[in-house]
Parts: sequence; structure tokens; C-alpha cells
Amino acid sequence: MTTFTLDDMRRIMGGCAGVPETVDLADDIGEMTFADLGYDSLAVLEMAARIQQEYGVRIPDDAVDEMKTPQAAVDYVNRRLAA
Amino acid sequence: MTEPNRRPGARPVVTGLGVAAPNGLGTQAYWAATLDGKSGLGRITRFDAERYPVRVAGEVSEFDDTEHVPSRLAVQTDHWSHLGLAAADMALHDAGVKPGDLPEYEMAVVTASSSGGTEFGQREIEKLWSQGPSYVGVYQSIAWFYAATTGQISIRYGMRGPCGVICAEQAGGLEVMAQARRLLRQSAAVVVTGGTDASLCPYGLVAQISTGMLSPRDDPERAYLPFDADACGYVPGEGGAMLVVEDEATARSRGARPYGVITGYGATFDPRPEPGREPRSNLGRAIDLALREARVTPEQVDVVFADALGVPGHDLAEARAIAAVFGPHGVPVTAPKTMTGRLYAGGASLDLATALLSVRDGVIPPTVGVRAAAPACELDLVRSAARDGPVRNALVLARGHGGFNAAVLVTAP
Repeated sequence: MTTFTLDDMRRIMGGCAGVPETVDLADDIGEMTFADLGYDSLAVLEMAARIQQEYGVRIPDDAVDEMKTPQAAVDYVNRRLAA
Repeated sequence: MTEPNRRPGARPVVTGLGVAAPNGLGTQAYWAATLDGKSGLGRITRFDAERYPVRVAGEVSEFDDTEHVPSRLAVQTDHWSHLGLAAADMALHDAGVKPGDLPEYEMAVVTASSSGGTEFGQREIEKLWSQGPSYVGVYQSIAWFYAATTGQISIRYGMRGPCGVICAEQAGGLEVMAQARRLLRQSAAVVVTGGTDASLCPYGLVAQISTGMLSPRDDPERAYLPFDADACGYVPGEGGAMLVVEDEATARSRGARPYGVITGYGATFDPRPEPGREPRSNLGRAIDLALREARVTPEQVDVVFADALGVPGHDLAEARAIAAVFGPHGVPVTAPKTMTGRLYAGGASLDLATALLSVRDGVIPPTVGVRAAAPACELDLVRSAARDGPVRNALVLARGHGGFNAAVLVTAP
């Protein structure tokens, strides 16, 4: 079964929304909020679109709103992959 | 609604310059190259232009998007905004303005744009037709838009005063200075202004070609020859300049050294072309308006930075407008844009920056390439080599496709 890890999330974040100036994505960023990491709602929307394309997981806009941290995104995607 | 003028007597001075030009990245590199007559024109490398009727352009070749723009900002903006963001940063540093120290609502941003984010747009449109709608990135929604550079500069530095964008093709680079001046008379203490453009992608180039005024020549040295008997159109380019403008009293009180004062401005529009009739130009009236406002006589003007389209009929119209005010061969005229190509919204802003450097150093940069000036163009064209000043008053002219004319006079501080 495919799983989606925090490293996958790091790759998608940096790849489609750029790298923040103040935080290193390699750090322990799982529980930091996207806002604190320097990603706005548009950036999170872009990440969700990339995840949908790469993993075939549908992520409705409501769910995107609920994803406040990279770990929350990872957990959501894994729940959908397992379902 | 217009705000009341809190500083009706504001004297707008330019205290900072930032340049991203095909013949030099950074003010110093650009100015040194320009005085040396070093051209930045060459074969297009940003895409394979072999099969296009225009193959020569002015590219800002040293510019690296990842080096000059923070990563988070780079992904959401077009190359044209990257050049604008880099130039704005240089201009703020040059002016010694620290945005964090100033009231956020008194800092304004007004930039010119002509093409918007065409390269970014082309990339997303390609994804649309090759992969499908869900592959179009969210940043297309903000990256293409003419006001994107202004908005991103405003966000980056927390400049929450009046912000805007002016689209008047090549004239936009002067119109923004006029708008900056209005804002300084109202509530703004500092205005970041200027313009850039970068539309050297297939989509952008094809849109430009439709005017029929671009040069089809492959030899970069013979492709753009304004006022020359051999003129055959203009070469497009990318880049431009950003300028920091403040009220003179504010600038002096913080110890800034102004490059020059914006003393005159005029804008006019050409009459609608009529079939069978020679096109009429109102550029001359824009010159009159700028000089009158500055209370400067034609004899007091030391140099004219020409719009220099490189299209014979338009060159003649400009030469006549200049000669009508200054007399035949009556004032030194130059077109350093022969070394960069026409930068659209960035062109006149770069000319404005160049004029200020000319005032600072008392030297007029050359027009390169022109060998045989068209006899009907009665101009004292500064050719081949720079000419020593002094330069106290420099007039910058710009015409925007569709009939815009603008003139700005800069004066030694």
C-alpha cells in the first residue's frame, strides 16, 4: 500500500510553493502551522492540487481548509489512501 | 475620490535607483556599459526563436530568478515581476530607505506594466491543453496580472499606502512618475515607482509582432537603428528600472542625496489615424507642457532622451516634434535604448534612471549603431561615443503604442 510521508510532503511543499526564508524544511516542521512556515492559503491549495495529481487522492476544498500543518496533511492523505 | 493635498508644494526628488537591463544588472554595471556603448542585444536564447520572424532581442542574461528573488516569492510571480522585485530592492538600498522604520500607510508603490506575466501564462496554458485544468497552478491567478509587481513589492516591504499600476505601453514608465508625484502631494512620504517588462516567450513575442514594427534583422548591430536612413523597426527587450521618489524636504531631513528633481511632466494623446492622411503626433505638445511646468526654456535643456522607435515614419514625427521646440539640430538627442532594445513598460523608467545618472555625472550616453542619420531627421544625435555635459536639465520622451505621449523633465538637485 502506498503511504504518504512527511518527506513526501516536504518535497511537494518546496517543489510547488517554494522554500521559506526563515525555516529549513528539513527541520521538524510536522506540527508547525503552514502560516508560521510562511505558506498562505493559496500555497496550501497548490500543494493539495499536486498531491491529488501525484497520488490520485481527491482533496475537497473543505479538507484543504482543515489542513493547518504538514502533519495534518500527511494524516489526511494516508487516511484517504487506506480507505 | 481624490485625497486632499497635504503637501501641495512637495518637490519630488529621486533618491534611489535599481536597474535590471540587458547590458547590465545593477545601476553601476548598466551605467558603465552604457557609457562605453556596450550593447546587450543578441540572438534570443530564452526559447528557440529560429522559426519566428524576430530573432534578436535584449535579454537580461546575468539574471538568475532563484538568486535574486526569495524562493516563496519566485514561484508565485512571472519573470517580469522577478526583474521588478530585484530592481525595487536595489533602489531601496540605494536610497537608504528602511521600510520598517516608516509609517506603513505613507509608503506607496506605482509601477508600469505592458505585457503582464506572459511567460508564466504560457507555461500554465501549456499545462492546460497538454494535461488538463487541474494541472494549472493556483499562482496563475495572480502572476499574470499587470498589478502583480506592484502588489508583491507592497507585500514584501509592508508598503500599505496607495498602490497602483499604469498600462500605457512605453509611456507607462513616465506616467508612473507623474502618479508618484501626485501621491507625494497627498499622503505618501516615499513612493517606489518605475517599471519592468519581460515578454520574450513565444506567446509574448507573437503578440508584439502583430504591430509590424519589430525588426526582422539577425545582425544585432544592424537590427535597431532609430533615426537612421536604414531603420527597419525596433528590437524588443526585457528589464527596466525602479526608482525611489520622496519629497525633497523629507529626503534632505534624513540625509539622503537626491539624484535629481522631477520638475516637469506632460502627457498627450494622438488623434485617431485617418485613412489617406499622414498620422498626426501630439508629442510636441507633451514636450511644451513639461517645459512650461518646469519653467525651463528650450535653451536650458541639455539633452533629450528620445523615444526612438526605429520605424521611419515615427522617427520622423519625433524628430519634427523635437526640432519644432528646440530648432533643427538644436539640442543633443540620444537613445541609449539602442543598447537594450525597447523594454516596453520598463523602457521609459530606464531612460529616466539614465537621465538622472547623466545629470549626476555630467555626461550624455551614446546612441549606438546609427551610421547614416536620415537627412529629414534634423537632430543633433549623440552617436558612437558619450559626450561630456554639463547636464542640468534632461528631458525624457516616451510614446506608447496606440497614441500615448509623455515627457518628463529631470533637473539637477
